[in-house]
Order: sequence, then C-alpha cells, then structure tokens
Amino acid sequence: MSKRVGVEVSIALGDAVKMVNPDVIAAYPITPQTHIVEHLAELVAQGELDAEYVPVESEHSAMSACLGSAAAGARTFTATAGQGLELMHEVLYVASGMRLPIVMAVVNRALSAPLSVWGDHSDAMAVRDTGWIQIFTENGQEVVDQTICAFKIAEHHDVLFPVMVHLDGFHLSHVIEPIEMPDEKKVCEYLPANTNPFTLHPSKPIAMGDFAPPVVFTEAKWAQEKAMLGVKKVINEIWDEFAVKFGRTYKPVECYKCEGVKNVLVTMGSYSETAMTAVDNLREKGEDIGLIRIRLWRPFPFEELRAVLKGVENVIVLDRSISPGASGTVASEIKSAMYTEKEKPTVKSYIGGLGGRDITVEGFEDLIKDGISDRNEYNGIEFQMVGVRE
Amino acid sequence: MAKAEHELTWKDIEIGAVVTEPGNAAIYKTGDWRSQKPDYDFKRCIKCGVCYIFCPEACIHQNKAGFFEADFYYCKGCGICAYECPTRVITMREETEK
Repeated sequence: MSKRVGVEVSIALGDAVKMVNPDVIAAYPITPQTHIVEHLAELVAQGELDAEYVPVESEHSAMSACLGSAAAGARTFTATAGQGLELMHEVLYVASGMRLPIVMAVVNRALSAPLSVWGDHSDAMAVRDTGWIQIFTENGQEVVDQTICAFKIAEHHDVLFPVMVHLDGFHLSHVIEPIEMPDEKKVCEYLPANTNPFTLHPSKPIAMGDFAPPVVFTEAKWAQEKAMLGVKKVINEIWDEFAVKFGRTYKPVECYKCEGVKNVLVTMGSYSETAMTAVDNLREKGEDIGLIRIRLWRPFPFEELRAVLKGVENVIVLDRSISPGASGTVASEIKSAMYTEKEKPTVKSYIGGLGGRDITVEGFEDLIKDGISDRNEYNGIEFQMVGVRE
Repeated sequence: MAKAEHELTWKDIEIGAVVTEPGNAAIYKTGDWRSQKPDYDFKRCIKCGVCYIFCPEACIHQNKAGFFEADFYYCKGCGICAYECPTRVITMREETEK
C-alpha cells in the first residue's frame, strides 16, 4: 500500500491526470477550478507531462478543442466550474452525441446571479441532460480514484461517452487532505491505451458531426440512448476491477448505516461526510436514520436506488440546487424512481448548502429531526429551504 | 450501397452517428426544398460557366449541347445562378406542384 500524503485536492487531481498520461488538455481557468489547470500547465511546462496544453480563450473553445482532440483519438482532459460549464453548454451535447470520450473535472459552483464563486450543484444540474456520465465525489481520495476510473469508463468501447467528475468547489477543491496516490505502474496496467474505433485518420476517412434529417434523427438518438443504458454495467465492472487492484470500493448508490432503517437521508457530494457524522450522533441517541449517497448521477441508478430504499418509509433528500418553480432535482428524480414501486416511501425535499453555505453537523441533525418528525407535513409545499432566515 | 435513409434502423447508426461511406450526400435530394426554379433562355447563353462556379449546391452540369443547367433533384432554387449570369439567361419562376 502506498503512503497517504497531505495534499490539496486540486493538486492531487492534477497529479491523477498526469498518471493517466493524457495527450491533450484544453482548459480555461475559472474559480474554483483554477488550481487544477494551473498545476497541469506547470507539469507540461516543466516537461513532467508530455501533453499538448491548449490555453484557449473561453470555455466554449475549451470544449470545442476537446472535441477535435478526442475525435483525433487523443486522450483528452479539461476542467471547469459554474459559469464556465454553462459557457460550454451547447458543445457538451456535441461531445456526447459524437460519443467522444472526454474527461472533465467539474468543480461545482453556484450560477449567477447574484454572483457567487462558492459551491453548490446548480451547474451540475443544469447539464444533467447533456448526455454526459456524471459522477459525484465526496473526498480527495475519491476525486483521485474517480478521475482515473473516468478515463477507463469514457474510453471503454461499450461506453464511449464523455464523463464529468464532480467535486464541490472549495469544500473539496481547496482543502488539504490525506490522499493515497495510486502507484503509477498499476494505473498504467489498469488503464489501457485509448483505442476509439472511430477517429479522424487519413487511412480510414469518416465524416463526424454530420447533420441528421428528421428521417434519421430519432434513430440516432435512440442508438445513443441504447448505448447509455448499457453504461452502468460497465461502470460497475470498472469500479469492481478498481477495488481488486487498489482496494477501494465504489458503487452507483452507497449506503451508510441504512440496513433495516425506516428513515434515510439522501445526499450527493462532499456534504455526505458531514451528514455521516450527524447520522452517527443521532443513532447514538436512538434515532432510526441511515444515509444514502448517490455517486452516479447520470445514468441514474434506478435499480440500485430502489433496492436500497426497499422497506424505507421516509426519504429525506438534501439538494444543493434549486429548480425554480419546481423543487430539488435529486428529490424529484427519487420520486420518479419510486413511483412505480408498490410500497412508496414519502420523499421530502430539502434545499440547502446553496452558494457555499455550510451545513454543519448540527444543521444536518436538525434537518433529519425535521424530516422524521410528524410535524413535517408538506401542506402543498414542494420543498423546504434549509437554514434560511425568515 | 448503404440503405436509403428511410430504411435505416437505430442499429444501422454508427457510434456517434459517424458516416463511414463517402458520397452519401448524393442520396439527399435537396430539390425538395425549392420554392423557385431556374428557367433558361439558352439563346442568350455564352457558355461561360459562371453559374456552374457559383452554384453552392454544385448541382449544375454542362449538357450535350454545352449549355449549363441545374439538376433539379438537388437544385434548392436559391437563385444565385440567376443573379450571377452575365447575359441573363436565367429567370427564377415559382415552383409549381408536381
């Protein structure tokens, strides 16, 4: 086993990218993603990483450059956050529609206005339907591991979709954590060379990104969706292989003390660690509560979620973004997943942690207590705002 | 020869909807779009080929008599040939229902 060293998560992410030996990095710096791309630019400038670093003029160009690079068969990485991800928006659909295995770290940040550089999940939710695989991480170790896994997932011939690795802005990106960097040789063994079956090459000419008239567009989208439906199986295999090789296990939906409980809290991302402590504290006091963490957001793990929610009566969901005029996005996804079940739990939507607002252990305890108390009748309210001053 | 577009199922779509067979644009009959059609008065034609050069659809060819005319399977009726023709051979007329 390698040694754990204290390192800033952004720097560790950059080092993980170096390990997979990318050919092209095209990125535009934006808070709180900056340290990642600065570190990679340094590694390239110092000759420690033999890659093409393309300093583009915007995120739209960053993703466009990634399209070209991935289309040429190059292993391609980029990173962004918040507004940057939004500026990429239209190109994200092109990347997934063209089935280009780009890996992108998204350092989650709230969207303006009002201007906020701090973290929440509104950027991730805004790109929910772009056809990318979306994986959420909750600590530095997971960021490193999932960055490596992301390349293997994206480039797998039964996948060939771009992958976003989500990490919370500042709460994760800027903290120093003890991280075990995997052995570079083992990473090389784990991650085979990128062999995309369709690349731009003079010896085998193809046309990419062509237009599809109404007579074939539906078929093209169905082909894309059929492929997406097969992705989860491959991700599970890749994560299982990672567990064997590196000793850390990842699942699309992860349980913490949720066996046999009637109440569960559902979280995504770094706040899950705080939520765990709150769950520990409340269980010591005899409360019936467990925690479910959603790691794989797209494709959505319907079966896995239904399996862990079997026998659960009350689901308390914390969303770190708001769908204005509706409710929490994760909460509505869980409601739709459970609608087909005979025994449906109640699903309570809470929205909090917006724009970098902390939710402390006590905050989570209060949220859980509210979620499991009888007084929590919704009375036509679709969600509740956590910690808002009235 | 690949299947016609309307016969393609989702299984026939390559990964990323890439096109592996060259020249398939010929299958796509852009002539369906046309609302105006070029009408030729070849008495004035000097066979200069300016229309051939300017046609964005590249659907103009020289016939046996040496005159330039559009292939109506592909001519979109944009009217650029009529505009560019130095001797005003071409008049754009409204397309009639077939």
